[in-house]
Amino acid sequence: MPIQTRRDDDGQTLVISIEGRFDFSTHQAFRDAYEHGDPAVRNYIVDLSDTTYLDSSALGMLLLLRDYAGGDSARIVIENCNNDVRRILSISNFEQLFNIR
Amino acid sequence: MDDSAAEHSSPLRILIADDSDSDRLILKTLLKRLGHEVLDVANGLDAVSLFQREAPDLVLLDALMPIMDGMEAARQIKVLAGERLVPLIFLTSLSEAGALARCLEAGGDDFLGKPYNRIIIEAKIKAFNRMRLMHQTLSDQRDLIRERNRQLTEEQEIAKRVFDNVAHSGCLDAASIRYHASPQSIFNGDVLFASPRPAGGMLIFMGDFTGHGLPAAIGAMPVAEIFYGMTNKGFNGEDVLREINQKLKRILPTGMFCCGAMIEADFKLNQIQIWNGGLPDGWLIRPSGEHLALPSRHLPLGILSPDQFNADFERVGAAPGDRVLMMTDGFLESADSEGNVFGEQGVTGTLDQLEAHDHPFDAMMAAVHRFTGNFEDGDDLTLCCLEMMDEAGLAPLPDRASPSALAGPAEWRCTYEIRERTLGEFSPLPLLLHICMEVPGLRRKSGEIYTLLAELYNNALEHGVLELPSDWKHSPEGFGRYYAERNRRLANVEGHYIRITLHHSLKPDGGRLRVVCEDSGQGFDFRNHPSVASGISPPKGGRYAGRGLLLLKRLAETIRFHEQGNHVEIVYDWQFARTAEDRDD
Repeated sequence: MPIQTRRDDDGQTLVISIEGRFDFSTHQAFRDAYEHGDPAVRNYIVDLSDTTYLDSSALGMLLLLRDYAGGDSARIVIENCNNDVRRILSISNFEQLFNIR
Repeated sequence: MDDSAAEHSSPLRILIADDSDSDRLILKTLLKRLGHEVLDVANGLDAVSLFQREAPDLVLLDALMPIMDGMEAARQIKVLAGERLVPLIFLTSLSEAGALARCLEAGGDDFLGKPYNRIIIEAKIKAFNRMRLMHQTLSDQRDLIRERNRQLTEEQEIAKRVFDNVAHSGCLDAASIRYHASPQSIFNGDVLFASPRPAGGMLIFMGDFTGHGLPAAIGAMPVAEIFYGMTNKGFNGEDVLREINQKLKRILPTGMFCCGAMIEADFKLNQIQIWNGGLPDGWLIRPSGEHLALPSRHLPLGILSPDQFNADFERVGAAPGDRVLMMTDGFLESADSEGNVFGEQGVTGTLDQLEAHDHPFDAMMAAVHRFTGNFEDGDDLTLCCLEMMDEAGLAPLPDRASPSALAGPAEWRCTYEIRERTLGEFSPLPLLLHICMEVPGLRRKSGEIYTLLAELYNNALEHGVLELPSDWKHSPEGFGRYYAERNRRLANVEGHYIRITLHHSLKPDGGRLRVVCEDSGQGFDFRNHPSVASGISPPKGGRYAGRGLLLLKRLAETIRFHEQGNHVEIVYDWQFARTAEDRDD
């Protein structure tokens, strides 16, 4: 399964892991991962340890998540990027919108 | 509805061919009792010609017949049936496996043994009918899909042509610009615009919308309008960029954006200003081959709201002979036959190997073509190279700029008058603000403009027409009394009016909005009014008490009172965003 989710911090944090290519084909699965609307979730972590590739539609999906999670007040961390993924995020200056570590 | 009832209730037209009269009669009777229409013949030849004439739904054929046997008839009937599935069942007393297999090879779909078993015949007919119907459904759906696909492809062709008229345009043919854009067949949604500025210099915009094809291309149209419309009117890169971002933020769905870069070239000051949001590094290349990266420092366009958007440009000295190179990421992602990408290493590698007087554009195009092996399909590239020139050396460009509605009305006047009972029922402020917002230069100032208009109108209404003393508003009890009295007096405003006239004209450095507000009230002694004269707020009093007048004075360039004081004229100036020359270091 390319998208896996789990809950941490007594259910307050939703961790979404993406395996392989994060592109348009993962669109629906990614949305399904967070859209069930559990109000207990306050923080989101997008774990890219196994993500090999990120394209502009993935960036779009991250923006959708951010919008869903409250826009400017959203708490989203993107972590464990490999060099290529990190480079794509930095060219788009996404660290201005997301906490990337 | 019960399936078996449905199948049973729709009678089929069945063709039977058997040279034995008795067998034929038995089968015919059997089938008619099941409710079907039966056509019967005694040999293969008649079977084929009857099939052609009557188009039955099902065919039952004896394997051995004179003149033309069942196998041959089967072959011919299957050819005549074409794409339609007409089940063909052999009637045979042959039990030898080889012979039965040959029947099926000849085009038969099944066989029925003699002597006939009514139950088996009924079951097989039903089963084949289901198959026949399903096949028909699939065929119909396939035809539908084929037709829809053809329509969509046609629509995309048209869209590509429209896009192509918009996407690569402006003064890209100027001597100072070399560029490569993908052929029309690759609908990649990249745009490249270039325009000279009225005061000299040039603006270039390169954009890469998320996605491919039609959704990506839709953003191109409004961006082109904004770019050319505003540049022609003298707006600079910062103004244009803000407007583009705001437009895209508004029209693109969340998750869609445009990676872009804007270059403002100033040939008088020998410098370029660059804003890069999401495109790969741009490059400034000196004739010596020395190169300087111009990286992306901003989020792409269409993501941030206007108040969060950062339009800061980076300034770099660039003399005649220097060249600025920009590309979209299609360039970096160009791949060879093994899937290796050209990437940033491909670009920097090529730049490092530049010899003095190599043209970087040619070198880069050659390098990427060498790398990819010249694949036509892989030509998803947008590359642009601007050469800094001595302004005097630039030939005047033909004026191909068409007037654009986007540039906004520049010279106009509008009068709006509200009379009598409408005074209490309708606020003209949103409408008047909207009219002012048609001027792009005023959009940044919408707050101040609204405040100005509101202050003028409310004073005219409450102190001019209704003659309410404003000091009532300053105590808690007075407040309620004020609004109660206001409503009471609004019921008696026959013969009263408020007239607001807006004038707008352009100036060399921006524009001027003049607002005149007249009302039918008594006016006031403005010559002796302390606030008007000296700017000190009176402790209490009538017209323009409190902070209103001070506010107006702060916002407007000038304020003048006429007639009895019931005619106010305000001048509000706006400037183009500061040019490079104005900015202090």
